[in-house]
Order: sequence, then structure tokens, then C-alpha cells
Amino acid sequence: MTDIPGKATASAASSGSLLLTLMKLRTFIALIVVLVFFSIAAPNFLSAANMILMAKHVALNAFLAMGMTFVIITGGIDLSVGSIVGLCGMVAGYLVLNGIDLQIGYTVYFNVVEIALITLLVGIAIGAINGLLITRLNVAPFIATLGVLYVSRGLALLSSDGRTFPNLVGKPELGTTGFGYLGAGKMLGLPVSIWILVVVALGAAYLARYTPLGRHIFAVGGNERAARISGVRVNMVKMFVYMFSGFCAAIVGLIISSELMASHPATGESFELNAIAAAVLGGTSMSGGRGTIGGTIVGAFVIGILSDGLVMMGVSSFWQMVIKGLVIIVAVVVDQAQRRLQSRVTLKQMAKVG
Amino acid sequence: MSPSPGHDVILKLEDISKVYAGTVAVKHANFEVRKGAVNVLVGENGAGKSTLMKIIAGVERPTAGRILLDGNEVSFSSSGEAVSRGIGMVFQELNLFGNLSVAENIFATRELINAFRKIDHKGQERRAAEFLEQLEAGIRPDMLVEDLRIGQQQLVEIAKAVSLDARILIMDEPTSALSAAEVEILFKVIADLKARGVAIVYISHRLEELIRIGDYITVLRDGRITGQEEMKNVDTQWIVRQMIGSDAKDFAKADGHQPGGEVFRAEEICLPRVTGGLAVDHVSLSLRAGEILGIYGLMGAGRSELFDCIMGRHGQASGRIFIDGKPVKERDTARRIQRGLALIPEDRQREGMVSILSVASNLTLASLSRFVSLFHIRGGAERQAVAQMVRELSIKVADPAQEVSSLSGGNQQKVVIGKALLTGPKVLLMDEPSRGIDVGAKADVFRTMRKLSRDGLGILFATSDLDEVMALSDRIAVMSNGKLTGMFDRAEATEAAIVAASALGHGPAPHTETNAR
Repeated sequence: MTDIPGKATASAASSGSLLLTLMKLRTFIALIVVLVFFSIAAPNFLSAANMILMAKHVALNAFLAMGMTFVIITGGIDLSVGSIVGLCGMVAGYLVLNGIDLQIGYTVYFNVVEIALITLLVGIAIGAINGLLITRLNVAPFIATLGVLYVSRGLALLSSDGRTFPNLVGKPELGTTGFGYLGAGKMLGLPVSIWILVVVALGAAYLARYTPLGRHIFAVGGNERAARISGVRVNMVKMFVYMFSGFCAAIVGLIISSELMASHPATGESFELNAIAAAVLGGTSMSGGRGTIGGTIVGAFVIGILSDGLVMMGVSSFWQMVIKGLVIIVAVVVDQAQRRLQSRVTLKQMAKVG
Repeated sequence: MSPSPGHDVILKLEDISKVYAGTVAVKHANFEVRKGAVNVLVGENGAGKSTLMKIIAGVERPTAGRILLDGNEVSFSSSGEAVSRGIGMVFQELNLFGNLSVAENIFATRELINAFRKIDHKGQERRAAEFLEQLEAGIRPDMLVEDLRIGQQQLVEIAKAVSLDARILIMDEPTSALSAAEVEILFKVIADLKARGVAIVYISHRLEELIRIGDYITVLRDGRITGQEEMKNVDTQWIVRQMIGSDAKDFAKADGHQPGGEVFRAEEICLPRVTGGLAVDHVSLSLRAGEILGIYGLMGAGRSELFDCIMGRHGQASGRIFIDGKPVKERDTARRIQRGLALIPEDRQREGMVSILSVASNLTLASLSRFVSLFHIRGGAERQAVAQMVRELSIKVADPAQEVSSLSGGNQQKVVIGKALLTGPKVLLMDEPSRGIDVGAKADVFRTMRKLSRDGLGILFATSDLDEVMALSDRIAVMSNGKLTGMFDRAEATEAAIVAASALGHGPAPHTETNAR
């Protein structure tokens, strides 16, 4: 979406545009750099088992970061995703263990598919609350989602009185078994969670590029007033992005509790910050209007590989935080430099055209 | 001209030019400012008045030429430097901090401080009260600026400039938001300043006002100074002649096609102002297919607000609109666009386009549903429509995937027009369609308007350019203070009548309401 046509840039084959190309590919270059570095520095890093393990770690953040990318492109922010992860995990765990007591002597138990769907709906509903607060009540996105962050986390803790729902194996006679499939199952040799990531990512990228809704998301972030005058239903677009973000968070909640076969109410704390970091690293502009799903996925991989690789090298977790922070800052600095260079190259081209 | 005694030249601009990327705003201007007198500067929108004043106030630096203050050449690198040399300016756009008090605004950047470098709020408010007293505005210095009416804010801006104790005071459209009574008070203050020997540079569109308080008049047209006289030697006709000139601009010729039946009607459109009163005051008008209806009015006359009401951008607007005789009940912009209305807003950057998106995305933004099957945008159909629009409007762009912000102003405007046209409108609302674009692009835009009207589109266009409204319109509506104050057929319209109607209900102009209806 934000790509400048290759033709125009390539035709001005000056050193400026070479540098520009390098800068545009910065997230890819960073990915290759961390891959090469850790293959040399960390033993076993390149083994297939380790790769799959890392991919599973990365997938969790990548889901959240995709939802976050759309939100940030519209010029908003969603701080509540970490809490939604926690709450959705608790919802799934509760349903597996307890079902829903109808208060008339019967208790309804759902099968695993139904539980997954209900959990996803819960995530979408919380996203819708975010969206309503922002569009109808005019609460700033930062504040609205901060409030929802606390409320969701509180509800997650209340649901079990702060305890973990353990051992979500389910009972065959109730049809609640098989919850572990999402987290531990494999298809064609790859974990199910990776396949889900591929499907959602392709869907999101398609949405961004080939649908009116995707185009409108960018327009709202680029210039909300102009979008409104052009007939874009700005409030609907905003509702969608927060609901999508909630949907992504619910997926993560499901996957984590399925992997652990347990739901812990504190799951997902500070996940929102990792998601924002991945989006920004992937070239999403916090001021709205710019960003790509592909970039965000690469950004999530850079962050994930960096932390896993440092763990394998035995670097202390304190240093890991310092390094992660520095990488994010450098990414944004390079991004700004690219913008400046970009406008200079464009001006030069305009001067040439006349 | 021979100046009256006592009016020495305090500031002189010699051969000043100012070039922005692509356009020349001021060309070889010579301008003298005299002490103890009101030096009036007049010209149409975009004539270069504001640029010239910004050069004097140190906001902009001239590309070429000299500035002489008291006979010595000076150059200001910032407005602070100009202020320290005794030059103050009341800006057209209010430069106030809404979240600060009136006194804090008046003393912004030159706060009164005590021995401990703490701001002396009491002292500031006392001093501010003195200045406000002169303006008889009933503004308390401890009020927040955002709680004031726009007119009162303008008075604060004036008080701020007066408090500078400037030797030269520039006022850029100081009365645009003032009531008649407030204008009288302002004139008293100006007379007082004059008596103290302050040189005042006064910019306004309102000719009656200028003739009343001006001592010297300078007329600007297209960045050139076309006339300089003592006010007592001139009349309205002379000013209009100098402003408009004899050389005709490149307006596309009317082709004499007959407009069809009524395509659009607005009845009793009203929009309340936040600060009380009506921004649009019971406006009714009708438009025929293939007709160009020009709406002339000064800044703040309510033209843009009328368009906003028609597009459904204000929930609190009242009134009825009809397209092809059928009432438009839809209240939101998206569905009004589907009914065949389209707006080309006045402020291209803020409302017209999404500057970081590509030319193509901007063009199809309002009409994406035309290129969609189910939920998929058919790239081929979209590209085809974009290419056709680029060709029809002769938009100069190497590749439609380029960001729209990389185009020149005129081509950006064409993109905004193309975006509106792709929705297949029946009625096109154009707000100042020629603002901020160069002569060639203007001619293209005018030609496009002619062509569209020939194709049967109804066009409503708002402008404050007298020349433009006279040349392009089949009928001319005049707005003033939110009201429709005149409606003329092209054959019977005269410049004098239009100007008179546009001043109704404004300031001290003692006009009869013969043209109103």
C-alpha cells in the first residue's frame, strides 16, 4: 500500500535511491542479520526443531501485532490486547472445566469447536466495546483501551479468584476433550498454530490490499476528515479494526491455554507492548496511514528471534530488554531518515520531470 | 502622489519579490508605510497581500529586494526581531493559545516576571486589563481564550498587538469576525494610535471600511502593485478597476447551452453557530441541470458552511434538500454521495485528499464500490477508471501510484475534482475551486467546469473572487453573514451590485436592501 512504484525509484539510479532501497528493506536486512548472527553464535540455532519452536513463540506475538497494525494505521492504539489474551484464556478454560450452569439443575457443556468459537466471540465483543468507546463516546483510544485493559484483567482474575484452571483435558463423556490440538497438534509437519497464523496473515494482507475496507483503513489514518467527506464510514472502519484486534487476541488466548493445558489469569501481561514494538519495527507509522501486514510479521520475527537467540546464548534477561529497546529505537530513527531521503528523491524526480 | 505633511515614510519596501516552490507570490513590489496614517492594502484573494505583510513582520524573508526602516536597510530573520524593531502584526488566522488566559496570551513570550523569575500574574492581568479597557470589549483578563467568541478573540489579538507598543502595526483583516459595534470601537482605537504617530497597515476586503478609515491606499493584483494613491483622491470604482484590471484571465467561454430542469433544491437551510446566532441563516436556492450557480461572499459569509450542511457534515443543521425533486432524507455524507452529491472542499490539504496515499487511491476513494465484486477490488477496472480520469482532467503525473503529495497544487486539485467526478454526481459543490493553484491549472479547472455543465451536471461553486464569479456563473448568488442577500442573472449582474450585496449586514456599511430578496 505504501510502496512507491519500483519503476519511478529505479529510474533514478542515483546513490540516493540505492540507500533508499536499502532503508526500505531494513526490516528484512535486520531479520537476515539476526538469523546469520545467531546461526554462528548460538549452537543448535539452525536445527529444525529450534526453528519450529521459535516460530511458535513468534506466532503469538505476530497475531497480536497484526491486529495492532490495523489499529495503528487508523491512527489509534489498542493497549487492551494483553488482557484480552488473559481473559479469553480464562473463558476457554472455564468452559472446558465447568460448562455453563443454567441455574435450573442442568449444566451445558460445549465441545471444543464451540468453545473456540465462543472464546473468539468474547474477544471480538471486547474489541467492539473498545470501538464503541472510541467512536460513540469520543474517548481517546489510549484511554479507552487502557480502561478496558484493567477491566478485562480484573475480570480474568475474578473468574477464578486468581487461581489457575489446571488440567484442561476435558471428559470424553462430555465431549470436551481435544483442547490440546491447537497448541500441540501438527499438520503436514508444522504446528497448527503456525498454520492458523499463515491463514490469518494472508487474510489480513488480502484485506489491506484488495478490499474497500482495507483501503478505507489507510484513508482514515491518513486523513480522517478527507475520508469522511469522501463518504468513508469512519466509525465503522474504526469499529472493525478494534474488533479484529480483539479477535487476534482471542486466538492467542486459545493457543496459549491449549499449549499449557491450563489457563492462568495473568497470561498476556505486557503482550501489548511487544505487539506495538513488532508493528513499529515492521514500518507501521504511529501517526497513522502507513504500515503493512508483511512488514509487521517480519518485525515480529526479528523481535522473537532476537529474544530466543539471546536466551540460547545465555545472555541475561536484563540485557535482553536493553537490546530489544535499542533495536526498536534504531528502527524508528532509520524510518525517519528514510522519510526525509524519500522526499528529497521525490523532489529531485519532480525537478527532472519539470 | 504628494503626501500630506507630517506623514513621513517610516518603512519602505524596494523591489521586493517572494518566490515559493513553483509560484511567484510577490513581484517587484514597492511599498511605503507612512507614520501617523492608515496605509490600506487591498487586493483579491491570492494577490499577495498576506505574503507582503509577512515579509514586513519578519515571518517570511523576501527572495529579492530591500527593506528600509527609517532609511536604513534591515533584514529580519524572525518575527521576534521585527517585534523588537517596533513592528507588530494582527494575523488573519488567530494565533492564540485557547488553553491559556487572556492575560497570558497578551504577554506570551514576554511574560512579566518578578525577582525570582516567577511570572507576575497579578501584574500581567492589571496591564492586560488596561489594554482591554480601551477596546471596551467586556473581556476579563483571567478568562480562558477558548471560552471567548471569535470576535472577542480577534479583539484579544488586537490588544496583544497594541500592547507591543509598536511603531508599525499591521492588521490583516482585523474586522472579519467583528460585529458592527466592535468595528466602531476598533476604529476609535485606530484613530487613537494614529494620533500617537503609529503607522498602521490595514488589510481588508471591505471597500466601504477602507474608504472610511484609510489615508493611503495600495492595490495589489497577482503579486504586482497596480495602484498607489492618497485615499481622498479615489473612489470605489477606481479600487475595483485596479483590483481586477483590464487584462482578462483565461476563463473558458460560455457555450450558450440551455440549462435543463431543476436538479437540486435547498430550502431553509440553517446552521447554528457554536457561539450563538446562525452561521447559515435560512438559505434557499435551486439549481438546474447544466447550470453553474456561483455563490459570492466574503470570508465568513457562510458559503463553506452551507456546503457542509448540504453534504450532511453537521448533525445540527436543519432544512430540506431535494435532488430531482425527491427529498434527500439521508443525513450522513456517505449516503448523500450515493444520492448524487459531491463536494470539492476549500481546504485541499486538510479535507480534500489523503496526502500519503497514491494518486490512484485518492481518485477512487469515494467511488470504490463501483470497482468491487463482492468484496474484492477489481484492480483492472480501477486502473482503467484512474487512467481515464487522469487523461480527461489532464492530470500531470508520471505514474498514478505516486503519492498525491508529490504533485503540484493544481494537479492535486484536479485529483480532488476527479475523485468527486468518479462518484457520478448529479450536483457538484465546489468550494473555492481555484484557490492556491497556478494560472494554467486554473484555466484547466474552469474548462472542466464548463464541460461538466455542458454534460448536464449542476454546479454550485463558492468563491470570493469577483472576477471568477462574474465570468463563470450562469446565475450569481451572494451571501453575507449567513444570509442569501442577492440573486442575479448573469445578464443583469453588475460588480457594484454584487459587492454591495456581499457587504449587507456587515460593519458600518450604510446600504439599503434593494438587492436583497
